[in-house]
Amino acid sequence: MNPDFSGADAWIDLVSAVFMVVGALMSLGAAIGLLRFPDLLSRMHAATKPQVLGLFLLLAAIGLQLGTWWVWPVLVVAWIFQLLTVPVSAHMVGRAGYRTKHLHRELLTADELDAVVQKAAAEAALRDSPDDGR
Amino acid sequence: MHIVLAVTAVIFSLAAAAAVIRIARGPSLLDRVLATDVLLAILGGALCIDMAVNRHLNNLMLVVAISVIGFIGSVTVARFVADRRVKPDES
Repeated sequence: MNPDFSGADAWIDLVSAVFMVVGALMSLGAAIGLLRFPDLLSRMHAATKPQVLGLFLLLAAIGLQLGTWWVWPVLVVAWIFQLLTVPVSAHMVGRAGYRTKHLHRELLTADELDAVVQKAAAEAALRDSPDDGR
Repeated sequence: MHIVLAVTAVIFSLAAAAAVIRIARGPSLLDRVLATDVLLAILGGALCIDMAVNRHLNNLMLVVAISVIGFIGSVTVARFVADRRVKPDES
């Protein structure tokens, strides 16, 4: 490396090394959460760690190591794309998991979707009934 | 920097092994989909580590493509999943 900027290079290397190790530990935490959590919804909570915060730390480490300004927009676009797609897939998986009853109801503190489902079922039954439909 | 590479390689290997265990014995299809998504995220993280240590950007499109594949796979399987377990308590 350039000996003129050895101090700044050492700091940048240290920060990016910390980012890389912490970003790798995020994926390890997600894997431990996958193994130890009891049902699908709590596993989903653990599974988004490496995809959002871990990827942010690793992309920041790439930007620090490359040291040029024009890579930052590309890395930001990659991270924002991940940030947009993760909630959509988590919503779909959680919805399918609720519909197929892959959850432990005794672990929920509040089931806000249950009232909505009951109301929709009641309205559908009212609409399908022949005498007092409308 | 080589120490960082070795440490992250060990961490990613442990995480990938745990995700593969969850894929193998996940009780439902959605658990397996979720663990596959995590495994793809671990692969993308390993590619990011390679880019940061060796200072190139060759894998960036591959990382984005891996996240796209994980997203499309999760959404597709979650859209078409159905409960095929037998229910003994419901007629």
